[in-house]
Amino acid sequence: MRISTFLYTLKQGFKNIFRNKVFSLATVATIASCVFLFSLFYAVIINFQNMVMKAQAGVAVTVFFDEGISDERIQEIGDLIKERVEVSNIEFISAQEAWDSFKEDYLGEYVDTFGDDNPLEDCASYEIYLNDVSMQDSLVKYLEGIDGISKVNQSAVAATMLSSMNSLIAYVSLGIIGILFFVSIFLISNTVAIGITVRRAEISIMKLIGATDYVVRAPFVIEGMILGLVGAALPLVAVYFVYNRAVSYVRERFEALSSLLQFLNVHEVFVTLVPVALIMGVGIGLIGSYFTVRKNLRV
Amino acid sequence: MIILDDVVKSYSTGAPALDGISLHVEKGEFVFIVGDSGSGKSTLIKLLLRELAPTSGKIIVNNTDLSKIKHSKIPKFRRGVGVVFQDFRLLPDRNVYENVAFAQIVIQKSAKEIRRNVPAMLSMVNLAGKYTAFPRELSGGEAQRVAIARALVNNPPILLCDEPTGNLDPRNSWEIMKLLEEINKNGTTVLVVTHNSEIVNAMQKRVITMNRGVIVSDERRGGYIYED
Repeated sequence: MRISTFLYTLKQGFKNIFRNKVFSLATVATIASCVFLFSLFYAVIINFQNMVMKAQAGVAVTVFFDEGISDERIQEIGDLIKERVEVSNIEFISAQEAWDSFKEDYLGEYVDTFGDDNPLEDCASYEIYLNDVSMQDSLVKYLEGIDGISKVNQSAVAATMLSSMNSLIAYVSLGIIGILFFVSIFLISNTVAIGITVRRAEISIMKLIGATDYVVRAPFVIEGMILGLVGAALPLVAVYFVYNRAVSYVRERFEALSSLLQFLNVHEVFVTLVPVALIMGVGIGLIGSYFTVRKNLRV
Repeated sequence: MIILDDVVKSYSTGAPALDGISLHVEKGEFVFIVGDSGSGKSTLIKLLLRELAPTSGKIIVNNTDLSKIKHSKIPKFRRGVGVVFQDFRLLPDRNVYENVAFAQIVIQKSAKEIRRNVPAMLSMVNLAGKYTAFPRELSGGEAQRVAIARALVNNPPILLCDEPTGNLDPRNSWEIMKLLEEINKNGTTVLVVTHNSEIVNAMQKRVITMNRGVIVSDERRGGYIYED
């Protein structure tokens, strides 16, 4: 394509937008709503996933041993556990360490009441961290079969709940985005169809002069893509400014949950969100305008 | 240059618009096509531009068989046929220069070619001083000359004119016809559909008269035999 033709196509694409200001605005607004919601859901989901991953990393299976078990046997059990594929890390907590931790967490000023006694004398344990929480059941089954282990504690409830909520949000957002996607395509299609009607005389002259299908159709496809691009860019700017404020607000409002609510910074969110949202906007514009032009402009 | 062989064009209802037309136009000819309303003149123009396909028969224009032409080849074919209409069909939001340049842009001529061809064409139709005028600022005769410049800027060997003087006063009508005659003298084959009996009778060119979809006369140096 010659530069003059490309520039002509681009210029006509912009002209079309300004010729149908109202429809162009409606189209941009709908795409912007679609991309804005998509960006919000994306930010929520990616933060949730981040929190779930962190929560999962903190989920451990704890094993306690039979009374009077030897240190050698504990060591052997530790070696057996390390060999398992489910295990990412294993930590030995001695009886003394368990008692020290308990004292620090719960006894406070009453700590001297127990003197040098260690009520948790038989409570040495292994804390086992998993590669994936979903592997927990198979590991627990294995651990319960090992001779010398008296008790296996597991705590996957929080992580499972977070995962379920994450999926629920993802499905709901997909549904809403899907509906907005089709509405956007419909509006783009209408805007382009009106542009074609407004320019009917010009198109008819172009055809008679010998313009190819490509040259006749390209300005309308460009128009759709520009509307899609603008519709995607505007909400990204809005989300950029809203995100940090929202995160600060949530942190202040729910200070008690600060250990759970660990948010990604805006750049970590935008590194994927920007290209995806822009491609989405341009894609909506391209699909909507291309099919309308094919339908209405049989040259 | 133009060959029609037993061409029939029927629409869904009523009698055929063209009923077995046969016609030969040689390169460099100047031909008037006359006839009353509904005689099939407009259908003939549309067939020659391949805006319509014939129901039966063969149409060859510029060595292209329009009965068999593929859709993708139509744009290239049309570049060889200039067309001028009664209502000028200029783009109101573009000036004279841009209206003529438009014809070159849409067939993807380079900017350099456009800068060379458009002023030359505007000089030929005596509009060198009106580059920046918009269609609303032009007289009917000037607007039609812009339309002719646009039709000819791509150097088509054939020029079709559908009632080119229909919206013009007698003086402007004569100016346009003189311009078309000059264009014809430079080698372009010119077909003019018209109702203007005065011009047809005065110019003494080939006249094809149509009535109800058939050619009723074809005279080498004819006159206008039908009156509405």
